[in-house]
Amino acid sequence: MISDKFLYTLFLADNALILGHRNSEWTGHGPNLEQDIAISNIALDLVGQARNLYQYAAEQYNNYRDELSGLITSPAFNQVQGPIDEDDLAYLRDVNEFRNNLLVEQPNGDWAKTILRQFLFSCYQQLLYERMKQSADLQLAAIAEKSLKEVLYHVRWSGEWVIRLGDGTEESKRRMQEAIASLWKFTGELFIAASFEKALASAPTAPAASTGAPGSPMETSLAGLVPAPESLKETWLEKVAGTFRLATLDMPANSWMQQGGKDCIHTEHLGFLLAEMQYLQRAYPGSEW
Amino acid sequence: MKMQEAKNHITDIRAVDAATQQVWQYLEEVTDPEVPVLTVVDLGIIRGVITDGKSAEVTITPTYTGCPAMDMISTNIRMVLASHGYAPVTIKTILSPAWTTEWMTEAGKEKLKAYGIAPPNPKQSVCTPEYFHREEAVQCPHCNSFHTHMISEFGSTACKSLYRCDDCQEPFDYFKCH
Repeated sequence: MISDKFLYTLFLADNALILGHRNSEWTGHGPNLEQDIAISNIALDLVGQARNLYQYAAEQYNNYRDELSGLITSPAFNQVQGPIDEDDLAYLRDVNEFRNNLLVEQPNGDWAKTILRQFLFSCYQQLLYERMKQSADLQLAAIAEKSLKEVLYHVRWSGEWVIRLGDGTEESKRRMQEAIASLWKFTGELFIAASFEKALASAPTAPAASTGAPGSPMETSLAGLVPAPESLKETWLEKVAGTFRLATLDMPANSWMQQGGKDCIHTEHLGFLLAEMQYLQRAYPGSEW
Repeated sequence: MKMQEAKNHITDIRAVDAATQQVWQYLEEVTDPEVPVLTVVDLGIIRGVITDGKSAEVTITPTYTGCPAMDMISTNIRMVLASHGYAPVTIKTILSPAWTTEWMTEAGKEKLKAYGIAPPNPKQSVCTPEYFHREEAVQCPHCNSFHTHMISEFGSTACKSLYRCDDCQEPFDYFKCH
């Protein structure tokens, strides 16, 4: 269904935007100048990704308005006249219409928590984009290919900090271990498919076999567009465990995982983030600077 | 291979006709706002020009997805072509094949160095995902020493990292591998 692809594009965009925004909160407050610049650069990369993805989502929305318009009910969004653009999707949707993972909306905490959040997410994003750049959807593939170059920097930079802090002083290690205890429960949902992911993820049979089946040309052409999230989990765990080993950090035991982000059920933190991020466009619609 | 094909394609379309060549020549007047010695042609971000001598459509590709200079570059292209009488001027953006530092021209790399920014190393020697691994030799653009070290992976703009020369002690920007 065209709505699955639209929601998936929004999900990718929301992840990039919300984490980018969280990182931007460090700008001017970083532990030292170089790292302030580094985290701000990563924020910029992520917001840039979000822009590409929202532009693509807006294009889908404008092309298939009849099918997609019911998916966004926020009054502010529905007041937009004519075609929508990427800013409308970022600034005018309400908190219960965001599909980002719970991990990326968690508050910055200390440097250890910010670093760990980036590392856990970037490792996931790398695996996702490595697969998505082969997608039959050429625009998703192009965005993945473009973003991947930047994500590799994010993985290396955040991974090095995990090691530096984990294998650092008693205090830095304690803080990393606390960050793990606080964030680990949000990693489970990265690898659990939401309904729109299930619909788009690799189909067991080749699409060619079912072409021509009456009534389902759309399903056929969309199947296998994106990787199944479950299929990324093992490689992700290996990468994280390998890095924690180098960092002399304890790998958490299998435990209860919080989920809901992809289905728009968020922790309380996202609403506060959006209140700040969206304030200007809500108070002064269409303002530019 | 994909990139080489695309590059060849651009060489082909540049040779098409005088009107197109003229637009390419005007594009040499548009510089990168962050690195003003580089033109957009040096950077390798122009992916196509379509013109009938009156209107023009220019296709560009971003260096970094979040590069704030891209909007300004689009505006500047529009303004330069408008000042030469083109109307309307359309700017299109494509993402694939993704830009890499290999798209930068040799002339561009020399200009960078003369400007005091170390040009990107050949791609194969860098971009490792391994932790704490640094490219073996970034040459100081001031004294040409290879005895340099990285201060920060992220520099003053998204496309650069910060280095210092251990011989002449000068800090410098490195246009990082991408």
